[in-house]
Amino acid sequence: MEKIVSGKTFVLGNNIDTDQIIPAEHLVYSLSDPEESKMYGKYALSSVPSEKSGLPNGGIKYVASEKYETEFPIIIGGANFGCGSSREHAPFALQKAGTKVIVAESYARIFFRNAVDGGFVVPYESVEKLNNKIKTGDEVKIDLKKNVLINLTTNEEYKLKPLGDILPILEAGNLFEFARQTSMIV
Amino acid sequence: MRMTITEKILAKSAGKTFVEPGQNIWLNVDVLMTHDVCGPPTIEIWKREFGAAAKIWDKNKLVIFPDHYIFTKNQQANRNVSLLREFANEYGIENYYDVGTDRYKGVCHLALAEEGYNVPGTVLFGTDSHTCTSGAFGMFSTGVGNTDAAFILGTGKIWEKVPESMKFIFDGELPPYLMAKDLILRILGDITTDGATYRAMEFDGKGVFSLSMTERMTLTNMAIEAGGMNGIIAADSVTEAYVKERTDKPYEIFHSDADAKYHSIRKYKTSELEPVVAKPHSPDNVATVRSVAGIKLTKCYIGSCTGGKLSDFQAAAKILLGNQVNTSTFIVPASTEVKRALEEETISGISLKDIFEKAGCLIAESSCAACLGGPMDTVGRAKDNEVVISTTNRNFPGRMGSKKSEVYLASPLTVAASAVKGVITDPREFL
Repeated sequence: MEKIVSGKTFVLGNNIDTDQIIPAEHLVYSLSDPEESKMYGKYALSSVPSEKSGLPNGGIKYVASEKYETEFPIIIGGANFGCGSSREHAPFALQKAGTKVIVAESYARIFFRNAVDGGFVVPYESVEKLNNKIKTGDEVKIDLKKNVLINLTTNEEYKLKPLGDILPILEAGNLFEFARQTSMIV
Repeated sequence: MRMTITEKILAKSAGKTFVEPGQNIWLNVDVLMTHDVCGPPTIEIWKREFGAAAKIWDKNKLVIFPDHYIFTKNQQANRNVSLLREFANEYGIENYYDVGTDRYKGVCHLALAEEGYNVPGTVLFGTDSHTCTSGAFGMFSTGVGNTDAAFILGTGKIWEKVPESMKFIFDGELPPYLMAKDLILRILGDITTDGATYRAMEFDGKGVFSLSMTERMTLTNMAIEAGGMNGIIAADSVTEAYVKERTDKPYEIFHSDADAKYHSIRKYKTSELEPVVAKPHSPDNVATVRSVAGIKLTKCYIGSCTGGKLSDFQAAAKILLGNQVNTSTFIVPASTEVKRALEEETISGISLKDIFEKAGCLIAESSCAACLGGPMDTVGRAKDNEVVISTTNRNFPGRMGSKKSEVYLASPLTVAASAVKGVITDPREFL
């Protein structure tokens, strides 16, 4: 797990469900084939309604047309991020697109588990609502040791909730690495 | 003891006498279920992580139902079913229900019930968020992703945080114009799509226990729409009769203690409720059918794990009998057992199949079909800016296909009434 993550933010609203993160028609691609799995990056967040894609103004694609990776490694979400289906393809698609960290007010359970147990992205919870304070394209720095987000564009600093119980799994890399390190599996 | 039914089942699974909300525990899993969308990547992760020595912890406890993308020409979707078939052959998985054979069942959540995998007091995990459906049988069931499922596949274990429980009590039997879908949509409207996140939703009261098993499954199915970890209804004589007909596995019935602690308790009088819809684009955007009556529709859809059971079609047929649909209407039986039953069940001596065909509906093969859009050639998929009313469980943007489409969720009674009129219609006009 990286200790410092920096880059541009992409801001979203509440209830970003897994159908918006990766529409069901794309769930057919292999997740392990290096070429085919790029498609997950290409279509990450492709079903977010345009006016809500890249707040406050919207109209910004998370992954630009003809690209497979995003220029926004940090997602700032609202409440109930990742609600909907159990598809692990959702955090996988974000990882393929280049998402490193999500900062949201709250998460749906299965998405949160998938993000952590699969080691795809770091799902931080913010202490206060941030998707009305940070704008898409702001340059931020997240310190994963100190649990703070610094908006370099506005020089504002926000506390993040410590990762707690899930930190050892994220540090190990995924649930399997964690289980091996704790001798639960060989 | 002071435990809820969910806490008691989790304690038993973890080998503990007592658990409380917030505690992280390791569960011993009784059944792991997967399907064609999440099965292949789960198997890949299992092979990657456990290597050449990868072993299934208990072959009898793994159940595989291809159900999502079945009747499509999409090659990658078909490849996923082939991968399941090869895996089942290689490892001798008896509980595999292959496409194109007599064993093919259709939608996994109903198939689990029909094939006797839902057993009171047990713990079931599945690679599908609607796995919470099985909780209608007085058991703990919930959805997980591929990594968690791969871990279960190799170890039979998984960690879970004991959830707080919320109780929803429905007093009084349901009047003829209400269905379980109206009850769960009402709850969603009241607590919103994250109102039960990481919690258990326990359903109680005469309104619940007077329902058939399949109607109870409509309630637990949509616990996930409120973010719930699981939905649960204690087993009773109705449950026991259903289970005994389908399996001889031993079961254990648990009840919540009178002094069990709840996050919250909500009470509803069924006589005060009325038919509702969830408006676009969220299952919690709930309004009475009356308040949206008259909205013009381009498609009606009765199907899916939550809305394609025999009880759903019996309800719809009551209204469609002797009537003609005024807009294109799709009947998608969740399972092949339901599809066969459409020919056997009758109203006034006419089979449900005949009722639907005479009304002008299109009856499709059993699968998840357009509930989640699916490949472009999926039957009933929403196109362009269609306006759809559907008995399914989600109406997020693009869920049934086109991002521009608008989807209303409603009970089979409401969908059938709306199909006849071609506009959103309160079923009481027909009852």
